[in-house]
Amino acid sequence: MPEMVTLTIDGTEVKVPKGTTILEAAKQVGKVIPHYCYHPGMSSPAMCRMCLVDVEGAPKPQASCVTTVMENQVVDTESSASVANRRGVLEFYLVNHPLDCPICDMSGECDLQDFVHAEGRDHGRSVEPKRVFGRDDFGGDVLFYGDRCVMCTRCVRFMSEVEQDERLTVVERGNRSVIDTFFEKGLDGTEWHGNIVDICPVGALVSKEFLHKTRAWDLDHTPSICASCSQGCNIELHTAENLVQRVKPRENLEVNAWWMCDYGRHDYEWINHGQRIEAPLVRDATGSSRTTGWKDALTSLLEGASGLNGTSVQIVVSARGSNEDLAALTKLQDVMGGGDKVFRVSQADEESALPGFPTLARRKDLGPNVGGAELLGISRVGESDGTGGLEAVKDHDGIIIVLGDNLEDQDETFGANAGLYVYLGTHECAATKAAHLVLPVTTFAEQEGTFTNHEGRIQRFWPALQPPGMARPAWLILGAVLAELSEGVAPRSAAEAFMNLAEAVPALRGLTYEGMGLSGSVSETAQHASLD
Amino acid sequence: MRVISTHFGDPLQRRLGTYVERGGYEALKKAFSMGPDEVVETVKASGLRGRGGAGFPTGVKWSFMPKEATKPHYLLCNADESEPGTFKDRELMRWDPHQLIEGCLIAAYAIRAKHAYIYCRGEFFETNQVVARAVEDAYEKGYAGEDIFGSGNDIAVTVHQGAGAYICGEETGLMNSLEGRRGEPRVKPPFPAAVGVFGMPSTINNVETLAAVPHIVNNGEEWYRQWGTESSPGTKLFCVSGHINKPGNYELPLGFPLSELIDDVCGGIRNGNGLKAVIPGGSSVAILNSEEARRCRLDYEGCIDVGTMLGCASVIVMDDTTDIVKQVRRMVDFYAHESCGQCTPCREGSAWAAQIMKRIEIGEGTVEDLDTLMEVTEQMVGTTICVLSDSVAPPVQSSIQKFRADYLALISEQESAGAT
Repeated sequence: MPEMVTLTIDGTEVKVPKGTTILEAAKQVGKVIPHYCYHPGMSSPAMCRMCLVDVEGAPKPQASCVTTVMENQVVDTESSASVANRRGVLEFYLVNHPLDCPICDMSGECDLQDFVHAEGRDHGRSVEPKRVFGRDDFGGDVLFYGDRCVMCTRCVRFMSEVEQDERLTVVERGNRSVIDTFFEKGLDGTEWHGNIVDICPVGALVSKEFLHKTRAWDLDHTPSICASCSQGCNIELHTAENLVQRVKPRENLEVNAWWMCDYGRHDYEWINHGQRIEAPLVRDATGSSRTTGWKDALTSLLEGASGLNGTSVQIVVSARGSNEDLAALTKLQDVMGGGDKVFRVSQADEESALPGFPTLARRKDLGPNVGGAELLGISRVGESDGTGGLEAVKDHDGIIIVLGDNLEDQDETFGANAGLYVYLGTHECAATKAAHLVLPVTTFAEQEGTFTNHEGRIQRFWPALQPPGMARPAWLILGAVLAELSEGVAPRSAAEAFMNLAEAVPALRGLTYEGMGLSGSVSETAQHASLD
Repeated sequence: MRVISTHFGDPLQRRLGTYVERGGYEALKKAFSMGPDEVVETVKASGLRGRGGAGFPTGVKWSFMPKEATKPHYLLCNADESEPGTFKDRELMRWDPHQLIEGCLIAAYAIRAKHAYIYCRGEFFETNQVVARAVEDAYEKGYAGEDIFGSGNDIAVTVHQGAGAYICGEETGLMNSLEGRRGEPRVKPPFPAAVGVFGMPSTINNVETLAAVPHIVNNGEEWYRQWGTESSPGTKLFCVSGHINKPGNYELPLGFPLSELIDDVCGGIRNGNGLKAVIPGGSSVAILNSEEARRCRLDYEGCIDVGTMLGCASVIVMDDTTDIVKQVRRMVDFYAHESCGQCTPCREGSAWAAQIMKRIEIGEGTVEDLDTLMEVTEQMVGTTICVLSDSVAPPVQSSIQKFRADYLALISEQESAGAT
């Protein structure tokens, strides 16, 4: 238990651990002291001078980002000196800021815009010509608008302290100082530089990919989990017009802090990919197929299965399926007679950790729910590029159910010998030609659910997009089939589906869907493993 | 009366042999026999105050250093003299380098440092060479380096040439520069005595301060206190420049009247002109009008009494032909050019103030600009990491208050021109 210090901030008493800064302590009484250079994940140069507050007994205002709390300290963040200072600093920023908000990507989520609106002067007094730096390509995904820069140096510090690959620096001094790359080297080849766009408090660093794509205020933000590797970075999907427009990291100190890798950040176009399966498709013995409704499709499925009692059921799943989807399928498999359970996942050559936050890495397994699949007893097969390993399934003459795996490496003969071949997925391909049933399911971005990351943390994600056509979550489809077969009750929500799962899997006992909240919970087995 | 400037003008003094013949390095021997704590006490008792501008008591500063050297300690000599109007440290170094080296060695010994750095301003090429040569000689004869005089004391001395930035004369900016980083002042606390250069306890003193130390150790605190006032004891070099008949460095007791300095010591104002203004302590202090200058006494308190500061005693005398607005504009330009650019008020404010000043100077200013200047500079005081920002306010504000007519003349010219 750390030593606690009691102080008063804006008249409210607060108790915080010794060594806490005034700025962090103020957050606990719900007060965000405006700041630019301070970022909790990096060192504090105390140079923007926005966060100065009155501390009783101090001769002049103190920088709250570096001043640590003291017993019985009395802090006033709204004193006339503090407010006058912020007003003054904001006016200084606008002396050279171009005020090109109408064409700036940051507009609507800009700290300079917000703070000036809140506390700045109605009219600036500067009538002098503005300093002009122009635009610079920093390499990678980053474009630099020097005139908008407030010189907080967060980007320089991110590269030197967090990614620990010094690619940016401040050149010149005084009001000629500007962020720059080292000669032509730029950010190319670095793997985390997208974060500097996130932490830039203004529109100085913008993403080339997002440039002029959408206005910030047109975006809906949905908490989600990055589906690009097994790290399980907490993210937000920013959507507009039912498309993911960009991906931003979401703070979770246990998993990814404030950061995410560039690979995950830019790996979202597949979610928007068109040509989706939109309606269930039933293929009869003659090979002719028809699109149909769900009721008919599920009836066909049950009919097809009923003639195959006693044969084994082979299932192939994807590591992008949610825990609830995978659990519904494994349970259905058990009820239908049991059999092999496999999944395939692409792997990167090596893990790539973030040096300044080494528990965060782009993991080798490039799927978000390898942990969940393994927890449910599903075995990994195939090559490291996510192909092969399906020789035994391919010619199986019983029941084959594929969930989510796109089977792109397989040909038309896949499942041709099966008594019943059910494909639940998002896109058709050669290997779905032989399927008796092709059922449209939703992606993780279109449904609610949970993933289990590489360390056994179960984390929730929320629906960000409307699913296409008749696509439904796999747990809902498979749950309905299961209810018919076992005369049980089908889950009506992802929460219920998770509850069924938590009851069935000993490692998840005690976890509740609500209890996981935004930041997830670690499963019992993982906790035990870490204790050993 | 001369203490530290006795040998100005005598090239022989640069030679180690001559310096020793004239009693040099005796103070160092004496200091070694006294022990570090007694040296600190002596300097404390002498009342010597930092000559770099702030006037902080030197002995007190030394006493902040940890008594046990569990980590390496460092002594830094701030020879990055760059305040506009100041030219005393350069002279101290080029005429009497060993006096400084001896002062550095004594100070290093007193604070239990085994390494002293002399951070010399980049533009001082000749000075750098003289000091570097003197350090080499001192090493050769065993006055510096390992086992000095066989006393068992090791004190290395390194001369480091800066690259010519005003901000590297700020103590923590100097430390960053010495470490090879950008010359940007550091946030305090931690103070240098706890975490200084290379993260180790450090003390930093001005050249003139250290040059006085051997004399104080040799002659004792009472001897030093025969000059100056109770709270500002000793002598001080005054760098007098501007419209006077005999500009130059003058060593005088603190508390010396400014009017006597101008009229008697420096031979009066050129061409018999009237006095318009005096800057008594370098460009960062408030400008005095002639009436204030006439009653100003040149010590730390005396300057405060007339609303300015002694600073580093760089007396800039301006006669009644002076264009005050132009002079102040040049000073503000200097600060805008030299701001390191870390803190927003200084980075943006100094450049903005310079733009406004320029506009006024060329006759495009307005009366409102004067209010803006007052407010902008006020916003730069006490809001930044170091005091470079604070230094913009005194010349601007004091000149607007005391020489408002000069500003208004430029403004009304423009206004009447606009009317026709």
